[in-house]
Amino acid sequence: MTDVSLASPPRADGKRGSDSHARRTGPGWYVKIVLMAAVNALGLYGVWTAVVVGSWGVAVFLALAVAAADWVYFSRRMLPAKYLYPGLVLLLAFQLFVMLYTAYVAFTNYGDGHNSTKADAVAAISAQNERRVEGSETFPLTVVERDGELGFAILRDGEVAVGDATAPLAPASGSDDGTQVTGVDGWTTLEFAELISRSAEITELRVPFSDDPAAGGLRTQDGSLGFVAAPVLVYDAAADTFTNTNTGVTYTPNDHGSFVSADGDQLTPGWRVGVGLENFTAIFTEDRLAGPFLQVLVWTFVFAGLSVITTFALGLFLAMVFNDPRVKGRKIYRSLLILPYAFPAFLATLVWRGMLNEKFGWVNEVLLGGAQIPWLTDPWLAKVSVLAVNLWLGFPYMFLVTTGALQSLPGDVLESARVDGASRWRAIRSITLPLLMVSTAPLLISAFAFNFNNFALIYMLTGGGPHFEGAPVLVGHTDILISMVYSVAFDSGVKQYGLASAVSLLIFVIVGLISWLGFRRTRTLEEL
Amino acid sequence: MSVLTKAAPRESAPREDRYTIRHDAGPRGVRWWAEVGWRHVVGIVMVVICVVPLLYVISASLNPSGTFTGSNRLFGEVGWNNYAELFESRYWRWFLNSFVVAVTSAAGTVLMGGAAAYAFSRFRFSGRRGALTTLLLVQMFPQMLAVVAIFLVLLTIGDVIPILGTNSTLALIAVYLGGALGVNTFLMYGFFNTVPREIDEAAKIDGASHAQIFWTIILRLVSPILAVVGLLSFIATFGEFIIAKTVLQSPDRLTLAVGLYQWASDERNAPWGLFSAGAVLAAIPVVVLFLLLQKYIVGGLTAGSVKG
Repeated sequence: MTDVSLASPPRADGKRGSDSHARRTGPGWYVKIVLMAAVNALGLYGVWTAVVVGSWGVAVFLALAVAAADWVYFSRRMLPAKYLYPGLVLLLAFQLFVMLYTAYVAFTNYGDGHNSTKADAVAAISAQNERRVEGSETFPLTVVERDGELGFAILRDGEVAVGDATAPLAPASGSDDGTQVTGVDGWTTLEFAELISRSAEITELRVPFSDDPAAGGLRTQDGSLGFVAAPVLVYDAAADTFTNTNTGVTYTPNDHGSFVSADGDQLTPGWRVGVGLENFTAIFTEDRLAGPFLQVLVWTFVFAGLSVITTFALGLFLAMVFNDPRVKGRKIYRSLLILPYAFPAFLATLVWRGMLNEKFGWVNEVLLGGAQIPWLTDPWLAKVSVLAVNLWLGFPYMFLVTTGALQSLPGDVLESARVDGASRWRAIRSITLPLLMVSTAPLLISAFAFNFNNFALIYMLTGGGPHFEGAPVLVGHTDILISMVYSVAFDSGVKQYGLASAVSLLIFVIVGLISWLGFRRTRTLEEL
Repeated sequence: MSVLTKAAPRESAPREDRYTIRHDAGPRGVRWWAEVGWRHVVGIVMVVICVVPLLYVISASLNPSGTFTGSNRLFGEVGWNNYAELFESRYWRWFLNSFVVAVTSAAGTVLMGGAAAYAFSRFRFSGRRGALTTLLLVQMFPQMLAVVAIFLVLLTIGDVIPILGTNSTLALIAVYLGGALGVNTFLMYGFFNTVPREIDEAAKIDGASHAQIFWTIILRLVSPILAVVGLLSFIATFGEFIIAKTVLQSPDRLTLAVGLYQWASDERNAPWGLFSAGAVLAAIPVVVLFLLLQKYIVGGLTAGSVKG
């Protein structure tokens, strides 16, 4: 902490030398001290837990963040940083870092079956492939509980030993009746009724027999008799291979993060490794994936483009219709026409989903007199429905924007055009539209970018369906890229974060290109 | 909105022009239909299209049977039991979640965005231009593109600090706030620049610290933009779907958008009446806010666009 009596140091720019710490006794100072104390305490606690868990990335980030906070808020120089720090930390963590992390994951096989590190995979394979050792000793076993965690207690060499899923069996103080443990200090013994009600948990539980993973684990089938299950697959750390003790087959690690035998048999789980460009080549060349992906890619552009064009056209048309002062009640029309924009879009989409229901929906049932039109389940109709609903949702925005733009058009230009004998259509085409484009083009580009990633509409209305048949991931005729990302990552049965991130990365590139082209285009429009 | 910018031309053209304002009585009969009447037809058709889905959902929410088919006759039967049933469901839990998330995010966005805009507008420091350009670039890429990475990062954080991991409201707010600076700083920065610097200079001469200038002078002068950014952020967060759906998992933690989606997509039970009642109640705060804010939203949109 800085010394109270220090004079304010001279500042580089010589102008803004005033300092908030001049008056140390104000209430703001106490607020700051309390806040900083809290930040330091929580931050250091976080660093400590992260180190304990072994999460080095989190530990380093938190340590740097806390150090930066102290530096920024206790230094007299970092004036702008005092205002930028909170926003920048969150921006770094949840916007910039996640973008970089997306790029990293895109080049790995992260996903179900490849979720963690190699050490975790080795431990999991050892633990999952265990069989009771034939003819081995059984132990009268007692199921105990501490803080909701179950554990097993047995008599090992006449001494009480207890352990749970994470802590191997270790000697403990307790009581026994000669054959079985009757109580362990610090643990509660489960009653018979609890044994029954938690039987699924109990038969799942595996307590490591000792620190040596090869010693196997203590398990039970009935909650009263325990046995030692030894790994069938034994890991040889020196050779980095697994060997099946029954068959003698050896499994060696391959470069895709899995142990495989010579005849191609693969052990699960594997671990996370970099796979280079494989996710991208899969997207573009793998037969069953490339076709659906290309369809999704094309539809994304078509959907975003048509959404902008239709909403803009209808909005502009209505703006022109109501830009005539002779129309009475224009204010009423305008306030009713923007209702779809005021109503939350996600709710309106869900309402439309119900109204377009094939069997019971209002549109089929009432409007079309009991027709059974598959609005959301036919490949082409679903596309039309998506566009139509988006038109309903989006035209009021364009209506508002173009109304504003029309009203600020210079009147003299139109007047002179008319004096020159231009027809009404000619005036619209040659004067109104170009002038409108100058002020609305940036909005059209951002509308395109918005619809390019309009996940909620697609996901809520059709869920991307109807689905392509035979595709390895769950994507369909109305899926756009971002909903494909979601589906590949979370909805397709096997979670493939690597592949999903690869598609995300492609969207980043496309959005970046569009924005760049957009900025250039607007500049040219303004120069006109 | 209703200001007319076209001066009335003096001559009356033989072919009617839509920029003409006639000072004498308007056209009558067939000509009235050709020039004005059809605009009313278009208007009425469009108003019907706009209003019917909204009437439908209100009608469905009041339908006692609570089923799809029962809801098809608009206002065929009217009862309040769907609204009553909301109290026995998780709806109000979701409402509270959404409200907490949206209000906290909006407040955080206003404070952090305002502080950042103040720094960019009032201080000159090395890296300022670079930071502004970075924000402009970041702004182009919506946060949701990284939704998979956000999920994975939260999984990792959750191992260390469970309250900031997946399935946590606090984590969701943190993620939203992470995206706040990129979206709103520019809007606020422009507004902060319109407040004359002489005001801070004068305050400084009177002995005010930079914190006092920020909290007691600048923030009050820019309160309109703070209100607009806060309310826009409230509306956006209230309706945000993909990140909320990814981050939140347990039924009690969901926000309205995720919870109501589950109801509406539940083909087996089809709690359509319940969904409709929930949708009507959820829409009310947003529609009210929107109508109050309408002129700021529209003004902000076009003003920003013209400046590029």
